[in-house]
Amino acid sequence: MSTDGGPGRLVLGIETSCDETGVGLVRLAPDGSVRLLADAVASSVEQHARFGGVVPEIASRAHLEAMEPTVRRALDEAGIKLSEVDAIAVTAGPGLAGALMVGVSAAKAYAAALGVPLYGVNHLLGHVAVDTLEHGPLPPRCLAMLVSGGHTQLLSVAGIADEVTEIGSTIDDAAGEAYDKVARILELPYPGGPPIDRMAREGDPNAIAFPRGLTGPRDAKFDFSFSGLKTAVARWVEQARATGKQLPIADIAASFQEAVADVLTEKAVRAAVELGMDTMVLSGGVAANSRLSGLARERCAEAGITLRVPRPRLCTDNGAMIAAVGAHALANGTEPSPLGLSANPGMPVDTVVLR
Amino acid sequence: MLVIALDTSTPAVTAGLVELADSRPHSLAERVTVNPRAHGELLTPQLLDVLAEGGHQLGEVDAIVVGAGPGPFTGLRVGMVTAAALGHASGTRVYPVSSLDAIAARTDGDSPLLVLTDARRSEVYWATYGGRKAHGARERLTAPAVDRPEELPARLEGMRLEVAAGELASRHAADLGLRAVEPAYPTPEGIVAVAGDEVRSEADPAPLVPMYLRRPDAATPGPPKTVTAERGRT
Repeated sequence: MSTDGGPGRLVLGIETSCDETGVGLVRLAPDGSVRLLADAVASSVEQHARFGGVVPEIASRAHLEAMEPTVRRALDEAGIKLSEVDAIAVTAGPGLAGALMVGVSAAKAYAAALGVPLYGVNHLLGHVAVDTLEHGPLPPRCLAMLVSGGHTQLLSVAGIADEVTEIGSTIDDAAGEAYDKVARILELPYPGGPPIDRMAREGDPNAIAFPRGLTGPRDAKFDFSFSGLKTAVARWVEQARATGKQLPIADIAASFQEAVADVLTEKAVRAAVELGMDTMVLSGGVAANSRLSGLARERCAEAGITLRVPRPRLCTDNGAMIAAVGAHALANGTEPSPLGLSANPGMPVDTVVLR
Repeated sequence: MLVIALDTSTPAVTAGLVELADSRPHSLAERVTVNPRAHGELLTPQLLDVLAEGGHQLGEVDAIVVGAGPGPFTGLRVGMVTAAALGHASGTRVYPVSSLDAIAARTDGDSPLLVLTDARRSEVYWATYGGRKAHGARERLTAPAVDRPEELPARLEGMRLEVAAGELASRHAADLGLRAVEPAYPTPEGIVAVAGDEVRSEADPAPLVPMYLRRPDAATPGPPKTVTAERGRT
């Protein structure tokens, strides 16, 4: 019996795949529902800003420093003692190798010391599972669109703990990466998502016709490409600068953002319709983008699809999403990971728990 | 006192259970695997093995001592974060020690000593040592540093060293006019010896800060590359 009074099993989740050290606590109730108890995150994003992207070694150093304090903070937030934890879940991949290694090593030590099972889980599924903490269980089948600085994927989800298949992904840059690169071109700060989103609100999304990648009749239906879009923005900006005119930053930001949101939502809705799914989960850091979530809402409504978007705090990387996957694996009776587990930087999305 | 020793600062993944009394530490069980690519996989299983072999539970342990490097970063962090988490979960004090000091503590004799380990990128981590202290630890003469091996003769000038230990001792000792001695890697007894006084007196541990000795490789980006102006030229 734990201090917050509820029955069920407590899962502690650890996330260190990129630049956020996240520790979350969830409770798996006997009826299978999963409740969020704590979500502590320490970010090293400011240390990466001047480099214009995440520096793996800086991220790994920050994870080591933040690990134990962040676990303590999550426990305090939930009013739970470490000894009450029933299982440890940790991101086993995909992610930065050195960064993953810190979280996985810590998770093994916590699991061994407490004598509880360890689940090395898939980061991408965390972005889907986290929505169950906010909006309850998912329907038997749904489409998930994950959009972040490192990932851009369409997934078919038939049970978080067992059947997830990728139906499309970016063939070059992730959408968030394109935001960062375009922000640099426009001399806006890193990370590029929030400043571009802000600028775009003042601009005309139809001012410049930036290309929609991979939308030709012969292109892969559900894959994405953002590298050409980024180059198109760079070319447009260079030509405009050459003429000596002042750059219409707001219009460029709005038109770029429109191109990203248009392609993402168009393909996602088409995938859901073709696969006969009536629910879509939009998650990942870029899901916090106002135009992406706005257009997704509009187009899902037109197509009769229920759109679920976790609140921004849960869309970005955190430990609660990893704890949520662990809780679903626990509920599903999935066999835990061995303590000899290797982190897998390229962990495929159809692997829920790594062994 | 019952002490856990951990070190992942070299290719040797090291876990040991050590008995510490007034004199030199005594190993009860240890697992050492030399594999530079398996620190994250092996350390915790090896720790559980030594506890089982020693017939003890984690809860009976009085202290944890961990090698804080210097060492290649990714491997080094495995030992540090494992020790931190074990300490947190079991409510046990965790003492960081220099991994080079741990190697020095288990050399035979008292001859003035150079310890050098592989820093990769054609560099070595090194420190120098003199006489014995409590629990068999050696007096450190110079702080851990990272240099190219060919820079060592100048650095060591006038120090009258006689022997060299550590994984790169056999490769570089002759060039430096030294005799190579064991051990090549930190041993559980050496790790515990270095923190012997603090463990015995239950002193407040120093913060768990790894010795990186190098800044992260990262360059601030220049202006974005041009995509139009340079076209047609090379």
